Amino acid sequence: MATRYSSPLSSSLDVERVRRDFPALAQKIHGHPLVYLDNAATTQKPNAVLDRIRKSYIEECANIHRGVYQLSERATAAHEAAREKVRHFLGAKQTSEIVFVRGATEAINLVAQSYGRSHIGERDEILITAMEHHSNIVPWQMLCHERGAILKVAPMDDNGDLIFPEYEKLLGPRTKLVAFAYVSNALGTVNPAKAMIEAAHRQGAVVLVDAAQAVPHCELDVQDLDCDFLVFSGHKIYGPTGIGVLYGKQHLLEAMPPWQGGGDMIMSVTFEKTTYAPPPAKFEAGTPDISGAIALGAAIDYVQSFGMPAIESYEADLLRYAETALAQLPGLRLIGKPKHRVGAVSFMLGDIHPHDVGTVLDRYGIAIRAGHHCAQPTMKRMGVPGTARASFAFYNKTDEVDTLVSRLAETQKMFRP
Amino acid sequence: MNELDDLYQEVILDHERNPRNFAKLPTANHQAEGANPLCGDHVTVYLDVKDGVIRDISFQGEGCAIAKASASMMTSVVKGKSLADASDTFKRFHQMVTGGQDPCFDLEALGKLAAFSGVSAFPVRVKCASLAWHTLNAAMRESEPAPAIDEASKKTEK
Repeated sequence: MATRYSSPLSSSLDVERVRRDFPALAQKIHGHPLVYLDNAATTQKPNAVLDRIRKSYIEECANIHRGVYQLSERATAAHEAAREKVRHFLGAKQTSEIVFVRGATEAINLVAQSYGRSHIGERDEILITAMEHHSNIVPWQMLCHERGAILKVAPMDDNGDLIFPEYEKLLGPRTKLVAFAYVSNALGTVNPAKAMIEAAHRQGAVVLVDAAQAVPHCELDVQDLDCDFLVFSGHKIYGPTGIGVLYGKQHLLEAMPPWQGGGDMIMSVTFEKTTYAPPPAKFEAGTPDISGAIALGAAIDYVQSFGMPAIESYEADLLRYAETALAQLPGLRLIGKPKHRVGAVSFMLGDIHPHDVGTVLDRYGIAIRAGHHCAQPTMKRMGVPGTARASFAFYNKTDEVDTLVSRLAETQKMFRP
Repeated sequence: MNELDDLYQEVILDHERNPRNFAKLPTANHQAEGANPLCGDHVTVYLDVKDGVIRDISFQGEGCAIAKASASMMTSVVKGKSLADASDTFKRFHQMVTGGQDPCFDLEALGKLAAFSGVSAFPVRVKCASLAWHTLNAAMRESEPAPAIDEASKKTEK
């Protein structure tokens, strides 16, 4: 039924093989095959991850860093092996720089509350960009409010690209911290992270990179980037919800006060005085999401079995195909045309409200996001109340793009005959 | 696709394309604003009330087809009604869109508002259909209407 909108992909990745690893993709929604295009919100999970969760609860279910018995030793070993996988994946120097948290949001809050409260004072400045997710705005606003600091926002142009000279101008001696999304969740813009970090460092600011939308799509190396902090969520890279990562340079993590107090984060406790454990344990109070961390390790193994370069090149082809196909639909307007894009395409279908588009597509089994994408300032800048957003993973295929476009055409006929 | 056709009935799409009473009301003596912060939809409802009767009504705002059509149809239905009747219509409309009505619910009594009965199959869209009505309710409950004509007509504070 669907027409092809451009030539098929040249990439060598066998998408049908990939899809067989994801049991969720085989289901039907309202009687139609599921076309899951909301991967920027969360990704579906491969068998490798699902099986690993089950295994951890059957063969390794014990608390970590405590037990003297074998189950606990296994759980501890698997948990710490996952930390090593994350370290290797990000190119960090040592595993002590990898802190497990609930997700990117918690990691940003941790840095704001621990590093921010101890290093940022009155009239100091924090610089973010105009394309941040609320999770990279609100924690800084809260910190600024508490400390009397000032939040500055680097602007973007009509294409959804950062205006780099303006960004540079906003950096100054009072800039203590810069926080930005590597990839915009709403527009798919890839920011020039390395140049942004270099410029911030020249002013002596520390830099936090929100890599939630980047890690599933791009090869990253924290040493090459030279970022001071980097955060991401496990569930956006085929891992479970409830687990995420804060990377921080060793000397910064060491200088930061603990965030939450409790078990596992101490050296010794008396009623008079507590000595804290070194990082990462200092920031991991309480029993963590043990199986979540282990399963995140399995998710990283899974993507690395293909290799990030292969995933990147397949997704780049798919995204180009989607952009071309969507642009051919009369009346469809792409929101944001960044120079370099990964993951997501935002659009308006004429003046049809994105929620109506989303509701109609859902009845055809197509899952997209409709609304402001937790990035209201981004929407405001682009002059729209919200958008429809299709976001891709390397299990998506061109047939699904064709289905999306033909159903969008039907939606137009229904609302604007 | 039956549920979709039930949701987006022709009369709803017509009101979405050509909303009725879609303007500011110069004679308004009651007004209220409503919003669904999660989806960004917002509406302002203007009322001209005299002796307990809605003499005129209009709305402005932004929203999806369901929200817009619901606001438009609401204005045409409650114009000329008493506040009590409008309130009662809202109650029955709300029962219908949430699917909470009893078995002997009289759908026909809702007249053209029955077009929104399909909403109950779409739980996340209930808030779209009821936004304008909640806002009308808030406007009606404004205890002290702003004087539309002159200071002399202003009632004493309660």
